[in-house]
Order: sequence, then C-alpha cells, then structure tokens
Amino acid sequence: MKPGRHGDRRTALLFLSPALIVLAVVTVYPAIWLFWLSLQQRIPVFGIARFAGLDHYQFLTVDARFWNAAGVTVAFTAASVSIELVLGLFAALALRAQCNGRRLALSLLLLAWALPAVVTAKLFEWLYHPNAGLVNFVLGGRQLNWLGDPGLALPGLILADVWRTMPFVALLCYARLLGIPAEVYEAAQVDGAGRFAMLTRITLPLLRRVLLIALLFRTLDALRAFDLMFVLTAGGPAGTTETLTVYAYRTLFQTMQLGFGSAISVVVFLLVMATAWLYLRALGREEARA
Amino acid sequence: MKAARAARDVLVLAALVLYAVPFFWQVLTSFKMDAELLSLPPLLPESLTLAHYEAVWAKSVMPRAVGNSLGIAAVTTAVAAVLGLLGAYALARLPIPGKGIILLAIVASTAFPQIATVSPLYLLMRALALRDTWAALILANTSFALPLVIWLLVGFFREVPEELEEAAALDGASRLQTLRWVVLPLTAPALASAALLTFLFSWNEFLFAYTFSATEASRTVPVALALFPGVFEVPWGDIAAASILASLPPILIVVSLQRFLLRGVLAGALRE
Repeated sequence: MKPGRHGDRRTALLFLSPALIVLAVVTVYPAIWLFWLSLQQRIPVFGIARFAGLDHYQFLTVDARFWNAAGVTVAFTAASVSIELVLGLFAALALRAQCNGRRLALSLLLLAWALPAVVTAKLFEWLYHPNAGLVNFVLGGRQLNWLGDPGLALPGLILADVWRTMPFVALLCYARLLGIPAEVYEAAQVDGAGRFAMLTRITLPLLRRVLLIALLFRTLDALRAFDLMFVLTAGGPAGTTETLTVYAYRTLFQTMQLGFGSAISVVVFLLVMATAWLYLRALGREEARA
Repeated sequence: MKAARAARDVLVLAALVLYAVPFFWQVLTSFKMDAELLSLPPLLPESLTLAHYEAVWAKSVMPRAVGNSLGIAAVTTAVAAVLGLLGAYALARLPIPGKGIILLAIVASTAFPQIATVSPLYLLMRALALRDTWAALILANTSFALPLVIWLLVGFFREVPEELEEAAALDGASRLQTLRWVVLPLTAPALASAALLTFLFSWNEFLFAYTFSATEASRTVPVALALFPGVFEVPWGDIAAASILASLPPILIVVSLQRFLLRGVLAGALRE
C-alpha cells in the first residue's frame, strides 16, 4: 500500500526540520542580527552599547579608508577573475587532447585549488622573500620587496589568488569541452574550417554558458575572499591590499567596534548578493536564448 | 603522428608540473638545512634533513591542531551528511509547501560571505560559552556545509528513478526504510562526493576557526599555521614543514579520491 499523502507530509516535516532549524540558527538568524548590529554602537571594552541608527553608514560615505578598501576589492576582483578566466580557458584547451596521464594532469592542476588558502599564503610569502625567494631568483637575482612595496603587493596578491583558483575555471571548461561530440568538429573540418575558425565558431560559443557560470562563482569568491590577503599581507603595506573583508575584520575584532564593523560587513553582504542576483539574471537570459 | 601525440602529452604534463612548482618548492624547503635556507643559488641543496618535521612534531602546537582539525572536519561532515541527506530527500521527493522558496533560500545561503555572519556568530558563541570548543567550529562550519550538501543531494536524488521507491512503498516499507535500503545504496557515491567536499572545506576553513578560538583547545591547522611562532627570526623551514602537513589531506583527496571530488565540484557548479 502506498503511504498516504497525509503521512508523507508528516514525514517530510520530520526529515526537513532538523536541517532547517540548524540553518535558521547558523545562517538566517546571524544575517538578520548583522543588520541589527550595524545600527548599534557596540564597543565592549569601553562598555559602550547604544542605538546609533544609520550613523555608521553615514560615516562610511566619507570614510577614506572604506573607499580605499572598496577600490582594492574591485581591483582585486576584476584583475584576478579576468586573468583566471583566460588562463583557465587555455589550460582546458590544452588538457582536452590529453590521452596519457589524464589523472596525473588533473592531480597537478587541482592541487593548487584544494590547498587551504593559509597554505597558499605561506607558499607565496616564501616565494616572494626579498633575498631567498624563488621569484626574485627567477627574475635574475633582483631584490624586489614584493610584499613590502606598495606598488607590488597587490599584483603579488593577485598572482597568488590566480594560482589558487585558475584550476577551478580550467576544470569547469574542461568538463564542458569533453561533452562536445567529435562529430561537430569532423563536420566543420569537412566544410573546410581551419583550427582558428573551429575555436571561435564552435568551441567558444559552446563554452559561453560554462564561462558565465565560472565568472559567477569566481566573482563571488573574490569579493568574499579573506584568508589569503589576511595572512599574506594583512592589508598592507599602507593599506594597498586592504579589501573590504579585511577592513571589516580588523574593525570587528582588532579594534572591537562590533557595530561599525558589522556595517562594513553589511556592505560586503549586499555587494555579494547583488552580484549573484545580476549574474543569475544574465544566466537566465542566456538559457532563454539557447 | 603517434609520437607527436605522446610528445604533446608530455609537454602538457611538464607545464603542469611547472605550475605546481610553488608547492614543490615548499616541499624542498621543508627538507633543507637551516644553513642553506636563505642562500639562493644554488637551487638544489647539498644535503637534506628531517629536522624541521621533527621540530614541528615535537615542539609546536601542530600535532594538537591536526587532531582538532580532523575531529572538527569529521564531525562537521557527519552532521551535514545526516541532516542534509534527510532534508534533501524531503525536498526532492516529499510534498512540502513552499519548496521552491526553501530551495532558493538554501542556494542563496551558499553565497553568504563568512565575514557577514562572523560577528553575530561570535556573539552567539560567547553567549553560549562555546568559545575555544569544537562545538563552536562545528556549528559555524555547518552554515556553509549543510546548504552545500542539500544542494548537491537534491540534484543527485532527482537523477534516481522514482519507480524503485514506489515498489518499496508497495511492499510496505516506510519512508525511512526506503531511504536507508533503496535510495542510499543508489546515491552512496553522490553522498561520498558531498561529504568529501564538506570535509575539504572544513579542513581549509580559517576565518571562523581564527575568530572563535583563542587557545589550543580548538585551534585548527590553518590557524596554527597562520600564527606559527618564531623566536628571533622567521623559522622558514619549520613553516614549510607545517604547510606540508596542512596539505596532506587535500593532496590525498585530489590524488586518490579524485573521481568523487570531480563529481562533487562539477555537480555543484554546473547544475541550474
């Protein structure tokens, strides 16, 4: 006998509620609380706790450090994501024809992606060492102070991020490439299409959707990134690598301004959510077109 | 033709080895003698040593941190897998009002930046007196682990034909029995993929672990590595050895459980 609809409803509630309760406690409630906190002035060490309304947000509009951090975040995101997409695409095209050692190739590629960001930070801190670093050695024995020079720290940080996340883009593109049937190319070859034409007329259009998805995931991750810059440069030198997340963290837990720090976090939250929404709409249009 | 193909394969592999050099360089550094650490050239050291690993293992908080990280990641994974399995099954198969909204909220919560939930969670952990405990980190990690597991499993469940479950129901099996004896065996590889990703992300997690733990009682590997102490100068060799230790589980996953990892990553990203 098939269980009745009524029984199923109760089972559904029984199955789903533990997950929903936990999620309510660890995501929904904190998200709401964050907005509330951002309207407070809370500095526990001085025993300050009062309602501040929109004061923090008003201050942010004229806070030079905030605008610097916003600029760094946008520059970091734009540079890392665009470099990752281009390199990832090339890596996927190179991998596509691989016959022998596919597993080994994927292992080498995914290694950088799977490591903790803190490890990546330590790897690059050592690579950038002014005297004993491999990077300066490869550059012919220069003594560049990568992480200490305000002009070099952000490029250095971006390079470390690209190294870490390009494999993700490559993997998505590679998976899509494997799904393109060989006949498509054979037919094009019969029609006399050259290699370049095949790339621009067949491969790239078929990769459009997956590239858009990679763009979505990577942009969100770059906007939210924290571990790498916090450990590698701690926002320095002179604030040149201080992203919004690092600024928020230092305000929250180093100067212990819970209210003001939460207001910066709210900005990050809204930025990420708005970006996700924009991309999802674009993806929806893409789907409708196809 | 065949030779050209093989040569091409070798070339791509060589390029990928080159890509992984930042990691291999750290491996080499972890075996270098202190005297040779800060001199470059030569690229290759004259002799190798295990001294850095011995120092990390005997004199640092790393062993304790490895225990904490393994425990926290394992419990997080188990909790997310059990709650996620039940929840995802209900969302994929059972009548639930507002199913679309719930799924949308779960997807949206995977995009939540950690920095946005860390201050309220900090106050919550303080109020519950959970700072410096595994429980704090397990609970906080569930905030990204559980939505991920549900999202992946709902997709996988939809790929399994429903007829088998209907047959089981006709034989008088309850929903829980059906889930355990019919659905679970079919989706075991999918569950393994979801669990593997959860474990990896928990092992790598830094922000919550750094914020909610002030003592060694719950200090995880990434935090211990970030705070690695030096007395007079930076102990590059010891840090290198500690980084390699921190990398072992991810390496194991990438090399020997690659199939499950790929399945999880691709399913998570490429599903509408």
